[in-house]
Amino acid sequence: MNIDWAALGQVSGVSLVATITIVGVFTLGIVGTSARRSPAAGDATGTGTTGATAASAPSALARSGAYACFALCAAFVAYGIYLIVA
Amino acid sequence: MEHITLLIGIVIITALVFDFTNGFHDTANAMATTISTGAMKPKAAVAMSAVLNLVGAFLSVEVAKTISGGIVDESGIRPEVIFAGLVGAIMWNLLTWLVGLPSSSSHALYGGLIGATLFSAGTGAIHADVVMTKVLLPAVAAPLVAGLAALAATRLTYRLARGRDERDTAKGYRSGQIASAALVSLAHGTNDAQKTMGVMTLALITGGVLAPDAGPPFWVIASAGIAIALGTYLGGWRIIRTMGKGLTDISPPQGFSAQTGAATVILASSHLGFGLSTTQVCSGAIMGSGLGRKGGVVRWSTATRMFVAWGLTLPAAGLVGGLSALLAGQGTWGVTAVALAAIAASAWIWVRSRHEKVDHSNVNDVNSADSGDGAGGAATPADTGVLADAVLSVSPPPTEAALAASGEGIPAPRQESSRRPDQQPTTV
Repeated sequence: MNIDWAALGQVSGVSLVATITIVGVFTLGIVGTSARRSPAAGDATGTGTTGATAASAPSALARSGAYACFALCAAFVAYGIYLIVA
Repeated sequence: MEHITLLIGIVIITALVFDFTNGFHDTANAMATTISTGAMKPKAAVAMSAVLNLVGAFLSVEVAKTISGGIVDESGIRPEVIFAGLVGAIMWNLLTWLVGLPSSSSHALYGGLIGATLFSAGTGAIHADVVMTKVLLPAVAAPLVAGLAALAATRLTYRLARGRDERDTAKGYRSGQIASAALVSLAHGTNDAQKTMGVMTLALITGGVLAPDAGPPFWVIASAGIAIALGTYLGGWRIIRTMGKGLTDISPPQGFSAQTGAATVILASSHLGFGLSTTQVCSGAIMGSGLGRKGGVVRWSTATRMFVAWGLTLPAAGLVGGLSALLAGQGTWGVTAVALAAIAASAWIWVRSRHEKVDHSNVNDVNSADSGDGAGGAATPADTGVLADAVLSVSPPPTEAALAASGEGIPAPRQESSRRPDQQPTTV
């Protein structure tokens, strides 16, 4: 009985790193495209703290960075399809 | 196709039936969380999964070529044995579907084939070390690896998106989840449809229709793909409910993390030649994402039932397969008897499943009083205990809806203990 520890370790390592990377990159994309929560947001009324720049829309830079993140994720998906087909 | 004997024909039809059960048993893997987070409507989700399974079936035949070449010694295999193995696998798939537990269809197939071979050809024809390394070890590793990956990913995504409004990000997470689920569906079609193709090809080879080293002919590929797609479209709603709602409560970021983790693990393992069960990977990932959220819970009672089902898959499918093999080995009447018994048992399971119906309309409904056509609201309080007991014994774990229905529309509390038959809802 020879258990293929190398293959098991490889699968675990690759899966862990890849999952965290993809989820991380995608989350950065989401963070970049969504509005920052203003301090008074939530269910409270807008009386919020002093001069809150309420729900500031993401800057152009953040937005383009986010699109780059999504593009990277699309590339991951394409690679995944390639792995299935190959 | 002209030289196919009746027996080979029966084996091929049985293989397609197995493929069909495989499809509806495993819809949950790709689509359970997608449906429970609301990323897709139930019908749309299973339709997409079905199409991708069909496409996946045509993508590759590598797995089909290897299915026969490892676990059992194909020289000792006769069509009756394959038939018996398939019957064992189908029975186990239907039974686990009835109780709403996700279990590996591949393990059921292996178990059935192993049992059938054991009973008809003896222990010599089983490669025990292959069983250990290809079936048992992966069964332990799959949920651990996927669970760990999903747990870490869930933690990370909640941390990164800390300053964001959940309503604002949910849409993005849901889109990402759809992409991951699509990958899982595609990979499932490629892997699992091919297993059936492999079995059909094996039957054709043992029957002398195909040359020993032949690949699957086109009609085999097409019929296997269509059978798995039909099964997927039908949807194993009971299992979808367990995986999407029963194991843990899933929000969009968790669903995305779990599905991405599952897709990654499935692709990594199949690419690196380490076969993991799709079902076990997905269940593990869902539990991991449940643990990853602050305040998230995993319902360990449901999880335990699922683990028990995993442990039983191989021996149970093997036992049915083995007994069927003994009977089928008696000749034509034996095969006929096994076929009739299998049909009768399937019909019984189907009838039982109608008692508490779970379909696309109530798949997400764990907490609301949805009185289907089963244990209706007409039950008097005196019956409730008996009813709940009966429901408990056959129904998927999250039976709050059923209990609520039998308790005349009283919303059941969410605690596990509320499902005990001795604790009836007393409000109102």
